[in-house]
Amino acid sequence: MSELSTLDASFALALRDIDKRYGTTQALASASLQVRPGTVHALLGENGAGKSTLMRIAYGMERPDAGTLTVRGATVRFATPAEAIARGIGMVHQHFTLVPVMTVAENVALGGRGRLDLPKTMARLHELTERTGFELDPEAKVESLSIAAQQRVEIAKALARDAHLLVLDEPTAVLPPSESERLLRWLRDYADAGHAVVLITHKLREALSVADDVTVLRRGRTVLEVPGSAATIASLTAAMIGTAIDDESATAPRAAEARRGAPAASRGPVFRAERITLVDTRGIVRLRDASFIVEPGEIVGIAGIEGGGQRELLRALAGRMAVASGTLSRPPIVGFVPEDRHNDAVLLDRSLVENVALRGAGARRGFIDWQAFASRTTSLMHAFDVRAPGARAPMRTLSGGNQQKLVLARELARDGAMETQAIVVENPTRGLDVRATSDVHARLREARDAGAAVVVYSSDIDEVLLLADRVLVVCAGQLRAAPMEREAVGRLMLGLHGDG
Amino acid sequence: MATAERQAPARRSGANTALHELALAAVVVAAIAGATALLLLAGGYPVGRGLAALWSGSFGSWYAFTSATLVRAVPLMLTGAAVAIAFRAGVLNIGAEGQLLVGAAAAVALALVSREDPGLLALAPPLVAAAAGGAVWAGVAAFLRTRYGVLEVISTIMLNFVATYVVSYLVRGPLQEPTRVYPQSATIADAFQLPRISGAGRLHVGLLLALALAGVAGWVLRRTAVGFRIVATGENPSAAASAGGIDVRKTTMHAFLVSGALAGLAGGVEVLGVTFALYENISPGYGYTAIAVALLARLDPWRGVATALLFGALEAGAGAMQRDAGVPSTLVSVIEAALILAVVAAQAARARRLSGDSAVAIRPVNA
Repeated sequence: MSELSTLDASFALALRDIDKRYGTTQALASASLQVRPGTVHALLGENGAGKSTLMRIAYGMERPDAGTLTVRGATVRFATPAEAIARGIGMVHQHFTLVPVMTVAENVALGGRGRLDLPKTMARLHELTERTGFELDPEAKVESLSIAAQQRVEIAKALARDAHLLVLDEPTAVLPPSESERLLRWLRDYADAGHAVVLITHKLREALSVADDVTVLRRGRTVLEVPGSAATIASLTAAMIGTAIDDESATAPRAAEARRGAPAASRGPVFRAERITLVDTRGIVRLRDASFIVEPGEIVGIAGIEGGGQRELLRALAGRMAVASGTLSRPPIVGFVPEDRHNDAVLLDRSLVENVALRGAGARRGFIDWQAFASRTTSLMHAFDVRAPGARAPMRTLSGGNQQKLVLARELARDGAMETQAIVVENPTRGLDVRATSDVHARLREARDAGAAVVVYSSDIDEVLLLADRVLVVCAGQLRAAPMEREAVGRLMLGLHGDG
Repeated sequence: MATAERQAPARRSGANTALHELALAAVVVAAIAGATALLLLAGGYPVGRGLAALWSGSFGSWYAFTSATLVRAVPLMLTGAAVAIAFRAGVLNIGAEGQLLVGAAAAVALALVSREDPGLLALAPPLVAAAAGGAVWAGVAAFLRTRYGVLEVISTIMLNFVATYVVSYLVRGPLQEPTRVYPQSATIADAFQLPRISGAGRLHVGLLLALALAGVAGWVLRRTAVGFRIVATGENPSAAASAGGIDVRKTTMHAFLVSGALAGLAGGVEVLGVTFALYENISPGYGYTAIAVALLARLDPWRGVATALLFGALEAGAGAMQRDAGVPSTLVSVIEAALILAVVAAQAARARRLSGDSAVAIRPVNA
């Protein structure tokens, strides 16, 4: 055993044989993770594989039922995150833990001990921004910052407390591509300076491009620990889901190619926008004079950088927002899958049945036939492979992927009265694992093949190109058709058009 | 296969649920008795005599049960339902007390100016006036919230004070009894008094009304489209609007007004069934106890009938304890408050247990 502990001394963080059980669910079963200093370590796994639980244990948010935790050779037991922070562990959660109305400096000072010394915090921040190259205005209110900048505030918070190990939960899920690259480059530099990074991610390519080591969890167990150089997309995928699945991105665009030119149904467009202008809640014009149509039986992809106007466009199409001028004709009922599932799509503490009943609740009259909704929920669960303890279980008990599948099932469900189906989805696979992502993609294609008009926005250009039959790019309030080609779409998103 | 992984169904059978509820009720009652005994011991009061008085004053005799416990439970059922509906809609209506007082004043005012019609029909106008009065009072806070974003927690509490002083003014001014000696209204005519339930002492037919309305309220929340809109709005207004197409503002407003109407009706029933006149202190804080009633019933108006009975018994027993054993009745307030804290803590613990790996640790607060 003494041999083991000297071995552990060489790790920035080592978790060994960790068990954790929630009620009847075994979240972790002797899971392990060993992070060498000076490396970026990718932690992979499907939703519910136990990645977050493992890192919450490392960060003192949860206590393991069994197993040991060592930080730089010292065996520790964390009762609270404060104790983990004291040991130099910093964590950046997927949902940020910032106070929106407070300034950057105040947020960084938050959680410190003793007297609030703002000037000192400012000085520390200036020193930090200089060292890290982060452009952060200490006086700026957090609510006025972009998502990417808010994430940098979270990182700065950890660094201000002398973190030598940073845990980031899906950090690039919320970032536009250029910001993702910037973050990954920064993480690389941070690790090269002798620190350690644990990167929880679903994006295999990203993991391969940046990680020195890779650990894969499946159903609470560590199934693979390899150097990044020895891993391939295929080997990681196999480890994550147990079987190798086809690299979708390689085959699907060709399928899309083959479909193009197939005659559209003759019923005419489902959506028709003529010179529509959209204005956001703050009165700022987000889209100007846009004209386009969406036919039945096609998937139209929307691409755009964060804040480019796609948010408003999607909500107008889904009937959740009025157009300021121009005419938009659309079906009376449009399915909508918003990106912020927890806030805008589900009732976390209500049952699956009630969440299914939520659609159309505003226009419903009289009594609710819960029996009918229960059987409808059960059949949707079967059709969309939603894994849950039961139709009456609270939504909260489902993993993110299963929640999303239920939302998609609900929004795609055809009402007897509807002639054409129409659905608008926004970042439909954000935070989902490989299998759930390919499930969601398959459902959207099925809907299209059944004649539905589908509009998809994703901040991941590859996903847009993978799904869409044609692509529209929003940039600075302008809507343009784009060729089905990555580079061209990327250029249009940045406002560069033409070949020059 | 996907189904292979599904665990035992979360849905309990009906009999099982009822048993579970019954066991829970037994635990609550035992906890109350235990806590009371401890407090009596700590205060140096005779424990045996105190508990005996608490029992005899609440359930100890048919008279105590009907004339003390049930008479107090009636307004608690109505205000409890009022608070439950509001809370379910995400409206923190702390103003049931004020709405009750305004309802009482409206009922008495109408009963005093109306000509007496013989028969039960005479009762309808003052009861309707009571409900309308409560709704108007809640409407002030509802308007302030939807129009200016004033937090209803603040406005409803403030309106409670205003209502108290409105009643004070009325019983010394426009509604004062003809001799102008006492700060109270004249007694309302017999035709406007709620009939008593024969063989049940002071207990009046208001009980039937309260039971019916609590039942209807629970049924509406569970079974109707309107009720589901209220629940969805209270749970997550943003999802209710976006995914459900629910007019959140309208739903909130309606729930607030219905809540006020129920609380106002409690006031009307109290003056027409028990006091027969308006004076200050007609309510020993029913509108505040209602919050406890609703929370203990986990915001289900029908279950609130049982918790209203419990709190009615506690208040009735507290009076007896003071009379027979010299124990200050405030001791019962301590028990009530402790009970609420226990319920809130248990709910929080349950929510914690439910949140698993992928759930968010910190729930966003929806205003």
